[in-house]
Amino acid sequence: MLRTFRADLHIHSCLSPCGDEEMRPRAVVNQVMAIGLDMIAICDHNSTENTAAFMNVGYERGLTVLPGIEVTTKEEIHLLALFDRREDCMALQELIYQNLPGENVEEVFGCQTVINERDEAIGTNRRMLIGATLLPLEQIVSFVGSLRGVTIASHIDRPAFSLLGQLGLIPEGISLDGLEISSRTSKEEAETRFHDYQHYSFVRFSDAHYLEDIGKSITHFVLKEATSKEVKMALHHQEGRRVVEQ
Amino acid sequence: MRVSDLVKSFELKIRAGKDRLLEEVTGGYASDLLSDVIAHSRKGNIWVTIQTHPNIVAVATMKELAGIILTGGREPDSGTLQKAEEEGIPILLSPLFTFELVGRLYRLGISGMSPC
Repeated sequence: MLRTFRADLHIHSCLSPCGDEEMRPRAVVNQVMAIGLDMIAICDHNSTENTAAFMNVGYERGLTVLPGIEVTTKEEIHLLALFDRREDCMALQELIYQNLPGENVEEVFGCQTVINERDEAIGTNRRMLIGATLLPLEQIVSFVGSLRGVTIASHIDRPAFSLLGQLGLIPEGISLDGLEISSRTSKEEAETRFHDYQHYSFVRFSDAHYLEDIGKSITHFVLKEATSKEVKMALHHQEGRRVVEQ
Repeated sequence: MRVSDLVKSFELKIRAGKDRLLEEVTGGYASDLLSDVIAHSRKGNIWVTIQTHPNIVAVATMKELAGIILTGGREPDSGTLQKAEEEGIPILLSPLFTFELVGRLYRLGISGMSPC
């Protein structure tokens, strides 16, 4: 049976250099349960090393946590990749790590804390996660597609690190699943500004870097169950799955 | 000044659009954000960038630019050249970094637009 799921599928953890140190599994899941969301995704910059801990805590508490990555393409576009299985997300991470130059400078960009499911720091990621990969947009989109994951261009209404900011227009023939609009742009404004791209589904997520921002912007999906596969169907209006217009 | 004059002066490598080098150059624009180029470049401008994605051709076509110079020795992405040939947009390569190349263009008499 189909029902509505309240989803915030763009949340950073303390692994992202810009993510607050409080963005740890129990703290995040508590916050999500308190505001009553049905599913979330953890999408750190260019890494999925913290998602296992979040998925385990989510599982204990009956909350779906999808593993994801916010990939930075060669063109410096931020792209959300969401999966059901962590193995698939790890395969993307592997490709990213082979193509991500540089080491993080903590004092400049921030800490990249790896945590366990008890919210304890167990290490530090030394790669420059804030940097750009050497991978073109199209290559990442098709790689994620080959793993049956979901691709959503992040915050297309923002000038920095967005598909439209960097590339001016959406390249032809690209198989993106959806476009994310940030909370800075109203629904009406988005409809006018992105009229040419209305054949894509628009979604809104919080892009939270702090606990208090979680759920500030969410999308209602009509799905059979809380999986990325169902989300993908909804983004393409398949078999009754859909994004609810807010 | 024509695109071919720039090719000669700076020993630019021609990767696409070799039949379109007689276009008159009206000025220059340097930016790697395509949305910014759409907003601020002018018809006939030579565009200096490190962006190599095929969309640079779409932007140059839309804005009727005279050509694109990729700096720092960057090569265009595979789809970019084919699109550039189809659209007749010169893709030129320089080993110089943007700042240096733009300085030399300016010295040669190619200028940008001042805002307002």
